[in-house]
Amino acid sequence: MYGVNASDRHSCSWLVSQMQFMLLFSRQGKLRLQKWYVPLSDKEKKKITRELVQTVLARKPKMCSFLEWRDLKIVYKRYASLYFCCAIEDQDNELITLEIIHRYVELLDKYFGSVCELDIIFNFEKAYFILDEFLLGGEAQETSKKNVLKAIEQADLLQEVRRLCFLKAFRGQKHFAEQYS
Amino acid sequence: MSDVVEKTLTALPALFDSQTGAAKITNRLRQLIKSITELTSKHEEENLIKQELSAMKEQVSSPNTTMKQMREIMVRAMYCEMLGYDASFTYIHAIKLAQQGGVLEKRVGYLAVSLFLNEGHELLLLLVNTVLKDLQSTNLIEACMALTVVAQVFPKDMIPAVLPLVEDKLSHPKEIIRRKAVLALYKFYLIAPNQVQHIHAKFRKALCDKDPGVMTSSLHIYLQLIRESPDSYKDLTGSFVTILKQVVGGKLPLDFNYHSVPAPWLQIQLLRILSLLGKEDQSTSELMYEVLDESLRRAEMNHNITYAILYECVKAVYTIHPKAELLEKAARCIGNFVLSPKINLKYLGLKALTYVVQHDAKLALQHQMTIIECLDHSDFTIKRETLELLFRITNAQNVTVIIEKMLDFLRSCNDEHTIIHLVGKVAELAEKFAPDNSWFIQTMNDVFSIGGDLLQQDVPNNFLRLLAEGSESKEEDDQLRLYAVDSYLTVLKGHTSHLPQCFLQVMSWVLGEYAHLQESVDQREVIQFLTQLLDQRSVSSETRVWILSALTKISEGQTDLILDLAESLSSSQDTVLRQQAQELRHLSQDSQLHEWALPRGAPWDSIEVAGLIVFPYYDNSSTLILEGVKRVWGKDGYLPQKEATAPLVDEPSAAVQPPGQHEAAERIESRPEPSTQNQDKQQLASSLFVGLGVGSSMSLLGKSEAPPPCFRKKPRPHESPSSSSSSSGTSERSSDSSSRNTTDSFLYGSLLEEEPATAISAFDHTPKSTTANGLAQNKDTKEDRRANTSQILGGDMVIVRPSTIQDKHPPSVSSDLTALLPADLKDLPHSDVISLTSDPSLSLSSCRLFRDEALLLVIFISNCTETVIKDVSVQLTCEELKTVSLRGNVVDCLEARSTSVCHYALLMDDPHTNVSFTGTVSYQTQPGHTNTLPFSGTLSTADFIRPLVVTTEEYGKLWLSLSHDVKQNLKLLTDAGDPLRTTLNALKDALQLHVVDIIGSEGIVACRLLSGAPCLLHCRVNGTALAMWLRSPHPALPDCILYHCQRALTHH
Repeated sequence: MYGVNASDRHSCSWLVSQMQFMLLFSRQGKLRLQKWYVPLSDKEKKKITRELVQTVLARKPKMCSFLEWRDLKIVYKRYASLYFCCAIEDQDNELITLEIIHRYVELLDKYFGSVCELDIIFNFEKAYFILDEFLLGGEAQETSKKNVLKAIEQADLLQEVRRLCFLKAFRGQKHFAEQYS
Repeated sequence: MSDVVEKTLTALPALFDSQTGAAKITNRLRQLIKSITELTSKHEEENLIKQELSAMKEQVSSPNTTMKQMREIMVRAMYCEMLGYDASFTYIHAIKLAQQGGVLEKRVGYLAVSLFLNEGHELLLLLVNTVLKDLQSTNLIEACMALTVVAQVFPKDMIPAVLPLVEDKLSHPKEIIRRKAVLALYKFYLIAPNQVQHIHAKFRKALCDKDPGVMTSSLHIYLQLIRESPDSYKDLTGSFVTILKQVVGGKLPLDFNYHSVPAPWLQIQLLRILSLLGKEDQSTSELMYEVLDESLRRAEMNHNITYAILYECVKAVYTIHPKAELLEKAARCIGNFVLSPKINLKYLGLKALTYVVQHDAKLALQHQMTIIECLDHSDFTIKRETLELLFRITNAQNVTVIIEKMLDFLRSCNDEHTIIHLVGKVAELAEKFAPDNSWFIQTMNDVFSIGGDLLQQDVPNNFLRLLAEGSESKEEDDQLRLYAVDSYLTVLKGHTSHLPQCFLQVMSWVLGEYAHLQESVDQREVIQFLTQLLDQRSVSSETRVWILSALTKISEGQTDLILDLAESLSSSQDTVLRQQAQELRHLSQDSQLHEWALPRGAPWDSIEVAGLIVFPYYDNSSTLILEGVKRVWGKDGYLPQKEATAPLVDEPSAAVQPPGQHEAAERIESRPEPSTQNQDKQQLASSLFVGLGVGSSMSLLGKSEAPPPCFRKKPRPHESPSSSSSSSGTSERSSDSSSRNTTDSFLYGSLLEEEPATAISAFDHTPKSTTANGLAQNKDTKEDRRANTSQILGGDMVIVRPSTIQDKHPPSVSSDLTALLPADLKDLPHSDVISLTSDPSLSLSSCRLFRDEALLLVIFISNCTETVIKDVSVQLTCEELKTVSLRGNVVDCLEARSTSVCHYALLMDDPHTNVSFTGTVSYQTQPGHTNTLPFSGTLSTADFIRPLVVTTEEYGKLWLSLSHDVKQNLKLLTDAGDPLRTTLNALKDALQLHVVDIIGSEGIVACRLLSGAPCLLHCRVNGTALAMWLRSPHPALPDCILYHCQRALTHH
């Protein structure tokens, strides 16, 4: 069976079993985050999102977290009002993907401090930053929770640091900047 | 340090109003999000976003907009895009932001770029300089951001520009940088493997990195490398085993624990790598038994993550060379999965079983009751996986029950993808294992009515071919055909408006062809049924053509009915229908002509199946005529079985059952007495799992490639493509085919006044006359030869000619060197001469000659000095290839300004995508003073691919006998008029393939690895893509060829 979108992703994944994309959407079907690890056209992305959101929302709570869809395997899990949904290749390991989702939720939780949907709605760019630090190009990049958050905090701090630097530099306290250069 | 101060000072004005600005900024986005959530209709949302977007457009083009504001705009743009609105006008500003902003703006800019732009987007080129700058930045954060974006989206052509910088980062003191660099290189490897070929040594360094995170990242690359050529990395097995031992033993820092399981992602990655390395390799497998055992034992905790590891472990145990003790443990693990009350684990258990039953069918037997429960599970996913499992254990005895289950499922399923997938499997099983005619026809009726027009074209094609082709016994064939006719007449008596077009087409062909076999039915009745179909509005014009063809065939003697029909159609809007109606009228009025044009009972008749490749040509009306070809394209099974054993209708008798089945039956009987409510299930179990037994466990120990014997009807002898195997039947048919040729040209040609298919018959025969040996006789230079061949063929595309393989190394040395080739090699097709290495006294260049059974590597050693060089000796090594030095690798004395030639024969037994060779040449300019000069080069599989010249018919036979299957959609070159032909020609030029035949939207292509394993390619135009299906007896060859095809097309 030829994959529906195989032609679009032939360039990078004909042998790879990486994650294809990750979607976060609410119980009302509103998309909250989308990350595509395979190049697809906007039209295709919209179509996939629409179909998938519908399919996943139609599933009952006791059903299993996996779904065969087109030629892909969908792994999804609901956390409170938010659905986390990943597409992987059929031969991939569904359970580990489920744990990838869980680890991502843990990271979000740690970063925002008991995360809720609103945090992700209003700070979605932060959620992207965290995701990029955790998964890179569809592969788990860093599985140590501590390291991921450290990287994010360093980048976040920069803004504060710069402001502090400026204020302190203004007062002639150069040594503070030294610590961070 | 002072850098930072400077930066902060320049940022001064922005910071002053940052207090108020920041508040404003967050407000703006918050406002937008809030107002959107308050809206009730989609329409309102559209309006709001439209306003927002136009406000943003204004802002971005205003010169007063600060970087900070731009950052905020970008976040809003991301939000709008997420909602599905087009904000493409901000893309360029995202790049600008990454380029010009401070660190924080940069971060948003890069994020926006990675979200907005796909790999191929042209704007990405503008990002290259920014990335280069940031990669060199001393600021850790900037370098991180640049690497992150490079690992996500980066233009392939620009990889060489950043590669050295990324490579440098592999030795960066910070592990986060090293890790990201490794992943960026991994990305490069995926999109352009050749670019990073030279840094494989650095990958090894990353693998040995002291930081576990960096090491883990490098495994992504290794998994991929090993998947492509496991043999090249066997030496690493020990290291991987050691790493896994350490991880399992808890030697990693606690940071890497996940729910107190040590580095699960790392463990899984290692298990995958090990299973690839140990596959079909006993000695390598032995190295890993201990650690696999340890992994199975350690993963005891009751958490998802341990199950994930266990699952991977079980897969590894069943993939590598088997060890009884481990298999037993793994089987127990699967049992735990399957029996688990957690539905996710149950699913995984079924999946594991599906994987495992190929090796050990017994295991399914152990879990039969669970499997049966899963069949009735309320969850669609579980049901489907169970059917997948049943599909794998189907045999002649349980086929009816299993297919019934599958059809039940299909009737309640409304997912197109699932239907297509499963219906194809039903058809496959029905053909393979059908117990009798009526069951077969009935099942196929279900397949056609359920699968309908979603069906893959080859399902109806195979079915019709099976009917038409028949077997040895005419009596049996007629019986089957009669069943079909009866069955279709019954179907047509009922409601027909809901029937899929494809089913109607099949029915009309069968009725047209075989209705006369049923003597108890008046042909007029059949005509009436078919005519009624013509009147239905739901019937497509394509189907009408089929129906009319059928009517044409059975019209004999029913002139009155036919004339009415022809009359009513003569005013149809459809020209094809009008034409056919005309023919119909002519034929029905002239019975002699009818007899001549459509001889009844001829062994072969025309099957008009649109778009199927195996049939030799198209006729004028652009329908494909099937004839003269032995049934070749189908799955093996039904027919071979009939030929092999007793009449089809017979139930498999006890005498022919393999011994294992008895035992299996006994096992089932000896199970504990079932309780009454379980009786049904037990019964189902005994019918489902019959025939799985000891016979299959034998294959487990032997671990043969082939599935257990009971899954296959009979071993199919490997048919070599060259053996003509023309039974009397075939020759009869081919003579028949030529007569049909003329008939058809009469049928259609006379009416359209066009020259019939003469060109096509030329097309059919050209490949034979221009095989590779035809080339060898030709003593002209390559260009002439090329011109010649194309002249002979009159521009026909079926030319087997050597092609110059585009070289990756442009320094093309003067081609005069080719004149030095030994006389017996001169006529071989060869590549350009490329320079290998040189120093002031010697220069080496090489040329590849494509011989059928080997690649000849000719090395020209030229003396560049005015003095004599002595004792020149060439050493060539290549790990992956067999190299044989043929002659000339030691030269005692090389005269001034002269050139000596040495050559090697290179053989490739196992396909590798790319191989490199290295070598040294040593020589003496003065006595006692030896110089050595190293050289190296790369070869690709393409150098080892030779065209395989076969006829369509041989191709078909060979296709059936091959087992390893790969399918993939490739890019179609659409710039020329005929995309399929252009694409195939491009592939042929790049890879020396032999294009066997092109018909309509399909093409078949054949090649082989030197004179070894063949690989057959079946290409079909699928929208804007080329669906390629490869088969070969060698497991790795299709992947390898696919890789080169892909490259050839992307570089085209």
